[in-house]
Amino acid sequence: MKDWRYWLAEQRGTATAFAIFAVMFVVYNVNHPAGFSANVIQTMSNKAVLLAFLAMGQALVIITSGIDLSVGMVFMLTNCLASAVVVGSPVQVAFGIVATLAAGAACGALNGAIVIFGRLQPIVATIATGAVYYGLALAIRPTPGGGVDETVADALTGRMFGVVPTSLVVLAAVVLVVWVPFRRSATGRAAYATGSSEAAAYMSGVPIRRAKFVAYTTAGLLAGIGGLFLTFFTYTGEAAYASGSAYTLFSIASVVLGGVSLVGGRGSAVGAIFGALAFRTIGDLLFVFDLDPLWQPLFQGVVLLMAVSLGAFGTLRVRNRLDWFA
Amino acid sequence: MFNFARRFDPAVATAFVCLFVLLLVGSLYSSNFLSLEYLVQQLKVASFLGVAASGMMLTILLGQIDLSLPWTLTVGAMMSCAMASFGLGGEIFAVPFGVLCGVAIGVANGFGVAYLRIPAMIVTLATNSVAQGCMVLYSGGYSPRDFASPAVRYLATGFAIPGLPNAVICWAVIGAATIFLLKRTTFGRAIYGIGNRERVAYLSGVNTRRVVLAVFAVSGGTAAFAGVLLAGYASKAAQSMGDAYLLPAIAAVVLGGTSILGGRGSYLGTVAGVMLITLLQSILSVMQIPEYGRQIVYGVVIIGMLLLYGRGPRTRA
Repeated sequence: MKDWRYWLAEQRGTATAFAIFAVMFVVYNVNHPAGFSANVIQTMSNKAVLLAFLAMGQALVIITSGIDLSVGMVFMLTNCLASAVVVGSPVQVAFGIVATLAAGAACGALNGAIVIFGRLQPIVATIATGAVYYGLALAIRPTPGGGVDETVADALTGRMFGVVPTSLVVLAAVVLVVWVPFRRSATGRAAYATGSSEAAAYMSGVPIRRAKFVAYTTAGLLAGIGGLFLTFFTYTGEAAYASGSAYTLFSIASVVLGGVSLVGGRGSAVGAIFGALAFRTIGDLLFVFDLDPLWQPLFQGVVLLMAVSLGAFGTLRVRNRLDWFA
Repeated sequence: MFNFARRFDPAVATAFVCLFVLLLVGSLYSSNFLSLEYLVQQLKVASFLGVAASGMMLTILLGQIDLSLPWTLTVGAMMSCAMASFGLGGEIFAVPFGVLCGVAIGVANGFGVAYLRIPAMIVTLATNSVAQGCMVLYSGGYSPRDFASPAVRYLATGFAIPGLPNAVICWAVIGAATIFLLKRTTFGRAIYGIGNRERVAYLSGVNTRRVVLAVFAVSGGTAAFAGVLLAGYASKAAQSMGDAYLLPAIAAVVLGGTSILGGRGSYLGTVAGVMLITLLQSILSVMQIPEYGRQIVYGVVIIGMLLLYGRGPRTRA
C-alpha cells in the first residue's frame, strides 16, 4: 500500500467525524434565523468545547483500551473547586487556576494508580472513584454558588479580534500542547500498543504502566480544563449529579462518533473532538428548525442511534463469519 | 463435602463476610440493625435493586453491559401506570405491558449487539437516550396518569405471606428462575460459554447471536419489572427514578464476584452484592452522614472491597 493511502486508512475515523460535523454545521448555520455570524459561532463553540475537552480525555484512556467513567464527576469537582478558588487578586486567580488543573490531574492520577497497581477493571474502579469525586464536589458546594474572576472568565469565553471565539483557540492550543506531543512521544506509541494488545506490548518491553498512567492523568487534567471553562461560562459552581453523569455518557458517545475504537488501539483525540462538536451540533439542530424543545432528547437519541449503527456496515463486508467475534 | 469445596468461590465468600462485618458495624451503632423488622425492611428495599441486577448480571456474564437500565426502568414504571388508566383490562395488563415495553427495548439492544455487532456500551447508551426522549415527549406533552394501580401497589408493598413483603417474593421468584436458567439449562451454559469466548461457543454449535439477543431481552424485562415494582412502592412513576439504579446494579454484580469481562460468576454472589450495597446505603443514611460523606464512603468501600477480592491477574504474555 502506498504511504498516503495507508495514512488515509489510519485517519478514516477522524475524517468521518469531521464530515459528520461539517454537514451538521452547515445545516445548522444555513437554517439559523440569525444566519452565520460571529455571535452564533461563539455561543456554539462555548457550549461545545466543554464536551470536546472531556471527549479528548476519554479518547486518551479508551486508546489504551481502558475507560474513564469518572470524567463527568471530575468535571463537576473542578467546577466547584474553581468557583471557590479562582477569585481575588491576579496572583490568587493564577494560583486558583493552577490548583484547579492540578486537582483534575490528581483525580486522573488516582484513577490510573488504582487501575494499574490495584489491577481493578477500569469500568468499575472509575464508577467508584466517580462517587468519591462527586462527594468531594458536594462537600465544596452543598448548594450552587460561588464565583469566578469575571475579567478572566470574559476574556476566555469572548472573541479574539472580534471574530474567533477564544474558547476554540484555547482548545486548539490544548491540542497542540497536550495531544500532539503525546501522539509523537514514545509514551503515546506505547498507549496505542497497549490498546492493541497488552500482552504483545508487554512482551516487546513497551512501558505499559507509564502509558496508562499518563493517559489517565491527562484525562483528569483535560476534565479539569473543562471544569474550569464551565465555571467561566456559568460564573458559579454546582455539584449536579445528573449533569455529571450525562457528560460522562456524552463523552463516550463523542469518542465513538469520532471514530475511536472502544476496544482500544485505534483513533485519535482530534477525531473525538470533532465527534464532540458534531454531537453538540446535533443537539442544537432542533432549535433552528423551531420544533418543540420536548422533541430534543428523542431527536438526539435517534441521531445517536443512527450514527453508531453506521459502524455496522462493516459486518456486511465480512467474508468469514468468525470475524464477527474478533 | 468434596463437592462443596469444589464449588466454593472465594469472592462470594468474601462478599458474605463483608456483609456480616457491615451488619456488625451497624449493630455497634444501634442494636436496631439486628432486629428482624429492620432486616425485612432492608430485604424489601434490596429487592428492587435485586430484580434490576438479575438482568444486568446476565449481560455482564456475556461480557457485555446494559447501560440502558435507567430509562428502561422508567419506561416500565410509566407504561404500567399509563396502562392502568384503561379500566379493568388495563389494570390486569398493567404489569405485563410495562415489562413488555422493557423487553422491546432489550430486543433493540440485543439486535444491535448480536446482529449489527456494535459494542454493547454504545448501543445501550443510544437506546437509553431514545427511551429517555420518548418518555420526555410522552410525559411533557400532556400530563399522563402517573400513579400506580392498586394491584401494582399490592405487588410491591403488600403481604401475601404474613411477614414477607411481596416485593421480596418477586425477587425470590426471579432469582430462582435465574439460577435455574444458569445452572440447569443449555441456555445458561451458552451464556457462560459466550462470556468466555464467543468464537469458541459459535464453533461449538451455539447460536450465539440468538442467545445474546435473548439475554438482552431478559435484561430489559427485569429492568422494566424493577421499574413497575418501584412505581408500586413509591405509588407513582417519575422521570428520574432510574438514575439511581444503574451504578449500584453494576457495582452489586461486580461486588458479588462476577467478572466484568464475562464468563465467570454466580447468582449467589449477586445476591450478596445487592445486600451489601443496600445495607451500606441504609447504614450511611441512618448514621445521618451528610450526602457528600455518603458518596465518598460509598466509593471508598467499593474500591476497598474490590481490592480485597476483585483484582485481575498480572500482565503476562
